[in-house]
Amino acid sequence: MSGGVDSSVVAGLLAEQGHEVIGATLQLYDHGAAVQKKGACCAGQDIHDARDVADRLGIAHYVLDRESRFRDAVIADFADSYARGETPIPCVRCNQTVKFQDLVALARELGCEALATGHYARRTDRPGGPELRRAADPARDQSYFLFATTRAQLAFARFPLGDMPDKAAVRREAVRLGLAVAEKPDSQDICFVPQGHYHDLVAKLRPDAAEEGEIVDESGRVLGRHQGVARYTVGQGRGLGLSRDSGMRVASLDPARRRVVVAPARAIPVAEVPVGEVNWLIDPPQAPFRAEAKFRAREVPQPVTARWDAASARLVVTPDVPVISAPGQGCVLYEGDRVLGGGFIRASRAATVDAEAPAA
Amino acid sequence: MSLYLDANATEPLRPEARDAAIAAMELPGNPSSVHADGRAARRVLETARARVAARFGASPRDVVFTSGGTEASALAVASLRRGRRVLVGATEHPAVLRAAEGAALLPVLADGTLDLEALGSALANGDPALVLLMVANNETGVIHPVTEAAALCRRHGALLHLDAVQAAGRIPLDAVALGAETMAISGHKLGGPKGAGALILRPGLELAPLVAGGGQERGRRGGTEALPAIAGLGAAAEAADPAASARLGPIRDAIEAGLGLPVAGAGASRLPNTSCVALPGASAETQVIALDLAGMRVSAGAACSSGKVARSPVLAAMGLGELAGSAIRVSLPWNTPDDAAEHFLAAHAAMRARLRAEDRGSAGQG
Repeated sequence: MSGGVDSSVVAGLLAEQGHEVIGATLQLYDHGAAVQKKGACCAGQDIHDARDVADRLGIAHYVLDRESRFRDAVIADFADSYARGETPIPCVRCNQTVKFQDLVALARELGCEALATGHYARRTDRPGGPELRRAADPARDQSYFLFATTRAQLAFARFPLGDMPDKAAVRREAVRLGLAVAEKPDSQDICFVPQGHYHDLVAKLRPDAAEEGEIVDESGRVLGRHQGVARYTVGQGRGLGLSRDSGMRVASLDPARRRVVVAPARAIPVAEVPVGEVNWLIDPPQAPFRAEAKFRAREVPQPVTARWDAASARLVVTPDVPVISAPGQGCVLYEGDRVLGGGFIRASRAATVDAEAPAA
Repeated sequence: MSLYLDANATEPLRPEARDAAIAAMELPGNPSSVHADGRAARRVLETARARVAARFGASPRDVVFTSGGTEASALAVASLRRGRRVLVGATEHPAVLRAAEGAALLPVLADGTLDLEALGSALANGDPALVLLMVANNETGVIHPVTEAAALCRRHGALLHLDAVQAAGRIPLDAVALGAETMAISGHKLGGPKGAGALILRPGLELAPLVAGGGQERGRRGGTEALPAIAGLGAAAEAADPAASARLGPIRDAIEAGLGLPVAGAGASRLPNTSCVALPGASAETQVIALDLAGMRVSAGAACSSGKVARSPVLAAMGLGELAGSAIRVSLPWNTPDDAAEHFLAAHAAMRARLRAEDRGSAGQG
């Protein structure tokens, strides 16, 4: 229970159905430190809200100190990922580790039968096991962020909001249940960088990712300078300091040489996307197969051909039309509404300038 | 079946304290008023003061009522510090640690008791000091050698403040005989209502107030006294006879014997009601939640106002860092039923069985 309206409604609905509901709220970071306000409590307003909701519902509730786990598994990975020249998705890491690994384990230890969350996704039981599907409301669908959930975790998970037609319906449920958080605004930023200044955090944890360096084209020609590779993502056009009509976009990041490599916009999409750390929600496919894929959270799935090589544990996704893919983001495969599996996008464009770069 | 076993967080209200608090609430007067109703309120206030003084070997004039233990310690530190360097035990409660930021930490021995040798050498080297020590630790129940510490302080011209919040009512305490400048106690840890405590002063000690207000408490703590809570504190102090609390020792010992697990400070002299016991390999958080769901109210580490179960620095200071994440605190209240050990052991055994089964289950899946 984050203290937001979604997980609060989940708790309320399950309690109403007569389940014995145990609320768990993760304290993931020191709120006082995150908002940089001296004397502010380590617990933010959201934790207080979650406790109030649980109290209102008359359910047991616990605040779990996961600060060190979150720092190691999510925040450090976030900064390291930027330092590798990637664009991380911390929400996937958090779901993968702190939420579905640790909370499922805790729930089992407590003798619970299921872990329910406020995610907008659907889980359907089929003879072959549970399936993960997109939420009924396409605007809210969070199935992309759940691709790393294992089949065993999915069997234990419940997503009671998956069939909600829209957020307004969830808020109406909150009102009906008498929850004070009914009108609470949606959270926007990355939770541990409340002011959205993620770059300051990365610079503190990985100063190397914030060191200035050169902006070069794919032939190694220096076009300008940048203020740290962590400020850039593949496909980005702004913030390069190049003339507006240069049409150049970030093609790749070369953190070892602190270089941002740019190319004309038309040259950015790639024909093949290598994907690692793959999690299958189907039996691992033996042969190439057709599917749709999302290469970032906010996009429509594209038709692709996927090839899985079990020996190297690598997935190569070939979109029908070349796509912009940023290393570190998720590549999630769908068949209609169903999530088949997914993984993290790896660099497809080797640091191509290495060979051709003129000797210094 | 539910059992409250978190007395060191707060003791259940004693019936004597409830009666006294309710009676005080019915009084219309302010103890500072000159009329008959004021005098009646003042009588309740001074009765409470006499009761607290009697329980802790002090004179009533040396008892200053506060809002609780935290304020009592803050008042002592603010008043006694005056340019002195501050030395504080490594396992002190945040109420004391936060009142003396920048203080030097005095180490404890492996059994959790204050390292007297370290105290002696710290006092011998340096300017006059103010020493802040707890009589008994909130998490382990370990009783510190405060008489010896007080003698060392006297020898080196240091002032001593004692945090007796956990010891009060559980072991005999004589403020004057202990030889401290000041001693803090808390009403709700004696079985009184929350919201009142006291600072007990060495005879003749003058104290500057933190809040001057209308000069209440002989100018040592301003603000109209919280009469119902103070009346309850007085009644609880009178009722909290350490001799009665000795009854809890055998129950605690039965729990420890039944568990057969590592106990922090087991070798030291401890409060009879407290056990800090580790289940290696199981997180304290999981244990507290599992036991709560089974009706057993215990705690782990120091309770944070956010409600999270935080890792305790107390065990780390004792060199038991590896147990810190797996130790829970069972603290028996004054009204612990005689068969508490039996019920607790049954709930604990059920929890262990499930954790073991879950362990095997996840090992199989891996």
